[in-house]
Amino acid sequence: MSECRGKGGVLINRNLVVNFSFDGRSYSGFAGDTLASALLANGVHLLGRSFKYHRPRGLLAAGSEEPNALVTVVRGNEARSVPNLRATQVEIYAGLVAHSQNRWPSLGFDVGAVNDWLSPLFPAGFYYKTFMWPRFAWHRWYEPRIRAAAGLGRAPGGPDPDSYAQCYAHCDVLVVGAGAGGIAAALAAAGSGARVILCDENGALGGSLLDERANSQGGSDAAIWLRTALTQLAALPNLTLLPRTTAFGYFPHNMLGLCERITDHLATPAAGVPRERLWQVRAREVVLATGAIERPLVFPGNDRPGVMLASAARTYLHRYGVRVGSRVVVLAGCDAAYGVALDLHAGGIGIEAIADVRTGAHLVAPAAIAAARAEKIRVVERATVLGTSGRLRVNSVSLGVVAADGSVSNAGTLPCDALLMSGGFTPSVHLHSQSRGQLQWQADAGVFVPAAAAENERSVGAARGLEGLQQALEDGTQAGLTAAKACGLTPHAYSARIAVQEYSTRGAPGALAQPGARTPAKAFVDWQNDVTTRDLQLAMREGFYSIEHIKRYTTTGMATDQGKTSGLNALAIIAGSSARQVPEVGLTTFRMPYTPVSFGILAGYDRGDQFDPVRRTPMHACAENLGAVFEDVGMWKRAWYFPQRGEDMHQAVARECRAVRTGCGMFDASTLGKIEVVGPGAVEFMNRLYVNSWNGLAVGRSRYGVLLRDDGFVYDDGVVARLADERFHVTTTTGGAARVLGMMEDYRQTEWTDLKVWLTSTTEQWAVIAVQGPRAREVIAPLIEGCDLSAAALPHMAVARGTICGAPMLLFRVSFTGELGFEINVPADYGAAIWEAVRAAGQKYDIVPYGTEAMHVLRAEKGYIIVGQETDGTCTPDDVGLSWAIGKSKPDFVGKRSLSRPAMLASGRKQLVGLLTADPHVLLDEGAQVTATAGQVAPMKLIGHVTSSYRSEALGRSIALAMVVDGRARQGQTLYVPMPGGDLPVQVTAPVFYDPQGARLNG
Amino acid sequence: MLLIHCPYCGDRPELEFSYGGQAHIARPSKPESVTADQWVEFLYLRSNPRGVHAERWRHVRGCARYFNALRDTRTDRFIATYKAGEAPPQQSGSTP
Ligand SMILES: [Zn+2]
Repeated sequence: MSECRGKGGVLINRNLVVNFSFDGRSYSGFAGDTLASALLANGVHLLGRSFKYHRPRGLLAAGSEEPNALVTVVRGNEARSVPNLRATQVEIYAGLVAHSQNRWPSLGFDVGAVNDWLSPLFPAGFYYKTFMWPRFAWHRWYEPRIRAAAGLGRAPGGPDPDSYAQCYAHCDVLVVGAGAGGIAAALAAAGSGARVILCDENGALGGSLLDERANSQGGSDAAIWLRTALTQLAALPNLTLLPRTTAFGYFPHNMLGLCERITDHLATPAAGVPRERLWQVRAREVVLATGAIERPLVFPGNDRPGVMLASAARTYLHRYGVRVGSRVVVLAGCDAAYGVALDLHAGGIGIEAIADVRTGAHLVAPAAIAAARAEKIRVVERATVLGTSGRLRVNSVSLGVVAADGSVSNAGTLPCDALLMSGGFTPSVHLHSQSRGQLQWQADAGVFVPAAAAENERSVGAARGLEGLQQALEDGTQAGLTAAKACGLTPHAYSARIAVQEYSTRGAPGALAQPGARTPAKAFVDWQNDVTTRDLQLAMREGFYSIEHIKRYTTTGMATDQGKTSGLNALAIIAGSSARQVPEVGLTTFRMPYTPVSFGILAGYDRGDQFDPVRRTPMHACAENLGAVFEDVGMWKRAWYFPQRGEDMHQAVARECRAVRTGCGMFDASTLGKIEVVGPGAVEFMNRLYVNSWNGLAVGRSRYGVLLRDDGFVYDDGVVARLADERFHVTTTTGGAARVLGMMEDYRQTEWTDLKVWLTSTTEQWAVIAVQGPRAREVIAPLIEGCDLSAAALPHMAVARGTICGAPMLLFRVSFTGELGFEINVPADYGAAIWEAVRAAGQKYDIVPYGTEAMHVLRAEKGYIIVGQETDGTCTPDDVGLSWAIGKSKPDFVGKRSLSRPAMLASGRKQLVGLLTADPHVLLDEGAQVTATAGQVAPMKLIGHVTSSYRSEALGRSIALAMVVDGRARQGQTLYVPMPGGDLPVQVTAPVFYDPQGARLNG
Repeated sequence: MLLIHCPYCGDRPELEFSYGGQAHIARPSKPESVTADQWVEFLYLRSNPRGVHAERWRHVRGCARYFNALRDTRTDRFIATYKAGEAPPQQSGSTP
């Protein structure tokens, strides 16, 4: 291990060496290291290339706010590759394989860096401006190449083999962030009896408690307090501790989404353990102890590897014993930077100078300067940075001094291998803001702090602009007690105290002063999106004023960064350039997630077979045994067709259709929706709901019912049988069952409360076997007892009870094929047995099972519509030829008033017709358009569309149904269906192609 | 996910509910006697307030009952939920 690893490091275990690889090279670190700290310990400062200019980038930060060091971790194979992980949060394990991103062929030599030399060509909005011409080139040329060259990481190379868990949790108090404030809040609330969940995004709890300089005994007051507190937390039975768990989203009514990373830090995860778990936590009270994020300073060349946030250097030193350099220059925009310099100095790191960039004398604490000078550290006051140098790592910084009149003079160049900067700290208000909590501008600290909360939440400590550990402890304690009290608990006194040297974290956001009027290039505001001061100013010169527009035009604060490090500096620069105050510029919306979450936890268990429930009919296995091919209809698996040996779909469907027209077929109709409407108000309920009149329907008879919405458009249809005076058996379309019941319940519960009526879904109680064809009666007769099947006793649309093979049966004489037909309803558990019995009985009549495709062909031959295929939610009963169903003498039914609206009566509505192609072998495409004349060029005048199209076995040719403007008046005309190969002439016919008199129904 | 108080079952997560549009839109008792314009208003015209909205919800994956709610569209906060057929509760002040 190199000289970069010094003494100390509270998180690492020097007895456990961990080997890992980065970009194909092997390195070693210690257990407890992050990838970032381990690479720094090995002297690796170059970790990535920037998004747009491919500039070399190192680590800016030490925590989740890191915008540059995004890496891909590959575990085993490409399917387990995870891009865009922040190296600062990747915990190393034996065998870890990580890669840098956005570079080719290698980090040290990246061809894309030519973008950097060409950077004058890549200003804000570059993509919008440049790739506009010629139009066709965008998809073919520009976009694929831009996407290949840009982008953050690469998607995994296969389906994710890992599993992901999801859970709901409820608690009294959820505390986000286990730093000083969060731990104090959790102890105070849990000590008062509250059920508490405490989560933290890092593996090691403690936040900035881990960043204090060790005293002569080798520990710090903060570390000692933390150890005791963690022991107390672990002992509390009413507290759930969730390390490596990011609260990424704040949803309404105090529900927060937490992403717990369970196995990513383990060398060999146990089998069956989910990789991550989504916690959806409903909390009565929330404490946000999310801390504050240090702001970078904005000056030319501020993005070189080795230029880093000051607090990050302190973190690397105290947590991991890692020295970020040996000759360090510290740029102080706040007093806290002095604390860092003094800590590093005490750790044996050479401090070349502290350059204090504050120009308002009142901002500077003389005590900090004095403390530095007492240690013989050079302090340059009223400093600014004119530039830096160093190709793959910073090697010098050029300082300037700002005179009282604002002019800048050169103050010489200092050699350095690390340049630390602190512009002050920005409270991390993301979650508060996501919860729609208000923010308030605190002018003296130059930050937004949480104001009025919209939910039961409160921010504590640094997250609300307080400074120092002791304040955070006290504030957290108070918040924990208040939250417990809000949950109806008696607060249990608790107090905590730490003695540490505190420095102010207040600074002023914005860019550092530069000589002359010209804005320097390459003074970065947003490291992740490569946005510079000049980009922001250019956007404003081009007329962008609103912060939301500037954000999108320049991309500042977008992607995974969400303005963590960049937001406030961007606002201050925009404010300064447009003579506005920061609050006038306003804030862009903080979007969730706070840090990226995997698609895996969002999908959770809903993958593969568990993506959607599957509904199978009671006869499903029978159809499988017969070799059925299934289709999905809603959640149902329906037998589509039953191919015999060597048949294709067309051959199978033709055979099935032939059987139904000439002999007998059987069909599983169990998926039809079934609703029982029962009660003294049942008849009136049906009268008010359906277009039909139900008064005259005798018990033991059924009728084709049509249901509209109140807007007059067809909503559903189905056969409705009257089983008793006050009992209807209503069938619906397969897909419409749930929504029809919902609509019925809506009217029953909210409009017609005068009616005593009950509604029950019976879809899954009945198995339904349709037996259709001229031989249907002969097939079923031997199986049935207790009911007369003769045409006289059981005419078309009659319903009877009886038994079949001894099972109770409800028998419908109905037909959706135009043939003599029966639908045998038996309790679901009898379905399979009765199916087999009917099939056996039908053998001597060559009975054929048929599927939904043959059913569609047969019904189309008869012009029977399918709601949702012929209709599209804008069809009246008259449009689809169903006016005959309407009960003319009824004063009202749902949709009736709409049918007399002028637009419903006007000519020019699309009407259901049949279409026959001039060439009987040509099959029209469903969805194809219809025109009145041939040879039109786009935009054509379209007068209709094809809704159903099949090869009719009975007619020996193709047939189609269509909705055509004034179609009924066009019968006999020739229209055209424009297709890529030319216009297809079609003749308009009535929609009934087969047995128009319906004689076959009455056999 | 909203937390919704079903007047019959108590607090339940939004997953269990379906939304039912604006509340207190009475269907004309004699539709044939209203003008086409009045009917169109009944069918299609809905308020879209920035503030308190009376709306229908159905506890479809629970008791299956429809009920009404007053919800502030700015904050998603429910001011009250009440049974269908009941008058909306009086509100004190305009902002919850
Ligand atoms: Zn309920």
